[in-house]
Amino acid sequence: MLLSVLLLALRSVQRNLLRSFLTILGIVIGVAAVITMVTLGNGATTAIEGKIASLGTNLLVVSPGQRIGGGGGSGVPQFTEADAEAVATQVGGIAEVAPQGRASATVVANGRNWATSVSGSTNAWFSAGNWALAGGRFFTPDEQRAGAAVCIVGETVRRELWGGSPAGPDIAGLGELLRIRQFSCQVVGVLAAKGQGGMGDQDDAVVLPLHTLQRRVTGNTRVAALIVSMAEGADSAPLKASLRELLRERRQLAAGDDDNFNIFDTQQLADTLSSTMGVLTDLLGAVAAVSLLVGGIGIMNIMLVSVTERTREIGLRLAVGAVEREVLLQFLIEAVVLSALGGVVGVLLAALASWGGARLMAVPYVFDPVINGVALLFAAAIGVVFGYVPARRAARMDPIDALRHE
Amino acid sequence: MTAPLIQLQGITRRYGSGASELMALKGINLDVAAGEFVAIMGPSGSGKSTAMNILGCLDTPTAGQYRFKGTRVEALSRDQRARLRRRYLGFVFQGFNLLARTSAQENVELPLLYRGDGTAARRAAATRALADVGLAGWERHTPAELSGGQQQRVAIARAIVTAPAVVLADEPTGNLDSQRSHEIMGLLMALNREHGITVLMVTHEPDMAAYARRMVHFLDGRIARDEANPNPTLQAPAVAEAA
Repeated sequence: MLLSVLLLALRSVQRNLLRSFLTILGIVIGVAAVITMVTLGNGATTAIEGKIASLGTNLLVVSPGQRIGGGGGSGVPQFTEADAEAVATQVGGIAEVAPQGRASATVVANGRNWATSVSGSTNAWFSAGNWALAGGRFFTPDEQRAGAAVCIVGETVRRELWGGSPAGPDIAGLGELLRIRQFSCQVVGVLAAKGQGGMGDQDDAVVLPLHTLQRRVTGNTRVAALIVSMAEGADSAPLKASLRELLRERRQLAAGDDDNFNIFDTQQLADTLSSTMGVLTDLLGAVAAVSLLVGGIGIMNIMLVSVTERTREIGLRLAVGAVEREVLLQFLIEAVVLSALGGVVGVLLAALASWGGARLMAVPYVFDPVINGVALLFAAAIGVVFGYVPARRAARMDPIDALRHE
Repeated sequence: MTAPLIQLQGITRRYGSGASELMALKGINLDVAAGEFVAIMGPSGSGKSTAMNILGCLDTPTAGQYRFKGTRVEALSRDQRARLRRRYLGFVFQGFNLLARTSAQENVELPLLYRGDGTAARRAAATRALADVGLAGWERHTPAELSGGQQQRVAIARAIVTAPAVVLADEPTGNLDSQRSHEIMGLLMALNREHGITVLMVTHEPDMAAYARRMVHFLDGRIARDEANPNPTLQAPAVAEAA
């Protein structure tokens, strides 16, 4: 019986092919919109998470002042190398600490110049930030201690100054001299590109040994930030607490004073951004779901027309002995077949649209079986909800009046 | 003697109420035994269609008793009456009421669908019923490809495919020319005589009523005359023989 009714419904859809197509168009667009929005949203989230991971996860950036990334206003004491030393030895669960000094400078080489950010740090800086070398080497312990005139450049700086091949043994720029303000250093390494990130171009950087930066560029012993990488599996909350306690003690803050430094957690940033993206994705999905609802109303409209058109058929079915439930089922299944068909076409369209959209937005295409399944089920459910009223109208007809209907 | 197949006792049917009240039936008593061929006649508004609807279990009387095979029909629910119809009754309408763009075969199979018969059983029964009405070989044709007479034959096949106890025919020849009308009547007569199906037929054409063995005349909501037809037409007029 159910199979026969299903075949009946399919036949009815096939008979009014154009009308059926137009009817399901609303559902198709609704389903496709929901899935595409959510898929692209998820892709964007994945992309952002990837960018943050490239910054280095499990990373704490400690800077003076109360604002994130603030270099510290006047009067706020800066960090020193001794602070880095103390953090590395006295706080548990830490893998490495890289003290970072910073300056902005225009660097000159090969007859060209380029304004960039110059950092001074130790080799720990590279491992904490997930940096790899495209060519050359990191600093030697002697160079770090002595403040040798060596530097490592990011890909953007290398490309702007020397151009040419970005990798391989004949990588341009390696071994050349680079002038930073009044002093020159030899490029001993080139960093592998990370690409354009959500945090600006990370490849636009020159790194010197910390002592080199302090003596030759900034002329002081300040350390602008401490880059703390946590050991694998370390719990960030207690680690941050003991780090804070140590720094408060070293900076001689009284019990009631506010912190005059800031601990920035990349994981926290990742979580915040992810949850923001999640909310945005949900919002877009909800807007798209409205069009799904509109599609459902379209189905109800056509089903009502169809029931009126087929009044005599309904009368006949009732006369030959169909009970109410059977007529109800027939029209309900027809509505569900329509909406489910719309759902299937919508899923296919969404696959195409999200794949294309993902390429356009340069975010990864992540097929999400859950949203596809949910949208499909929801489409079918819409058929039930919006098909019920017309189907009930059909089932409640009086066979005598229905047979006489013109 | 066993109880009659159909027994109407004091059936009244009122439509509307107050000023627009209309008494369509004003106390009908009628017994029909199994195997009868009854023509129901009368002018428009005499109540014969209302009586047919009640006899066909499509409508219920305002008052009175209707026993079908001993069952009190007026006490049944809508769905119970539907089940009774699918089991015992077949309908033939003036306007054929075939599903458009649907093959003769599928039109005939329709009532079987609601009895839960399997596909193979439905196909076999429908093919047989179409052969019974002389339409073997026309199974795949849709109503648009059939003449009026053929369409009514399909409708009759649909009425008998369930092997009903009673076939109710409401003006079955009303839309047909004389020759086709006689063909259809010959078919109904054969069903009655050869298959023992009780036939109740509404008609206003005396020629057609002449095929029946009993004629019931309605007038103003009452049965005016109920008479046996001692010499029912057994063969269509000569001109129809050729067809």
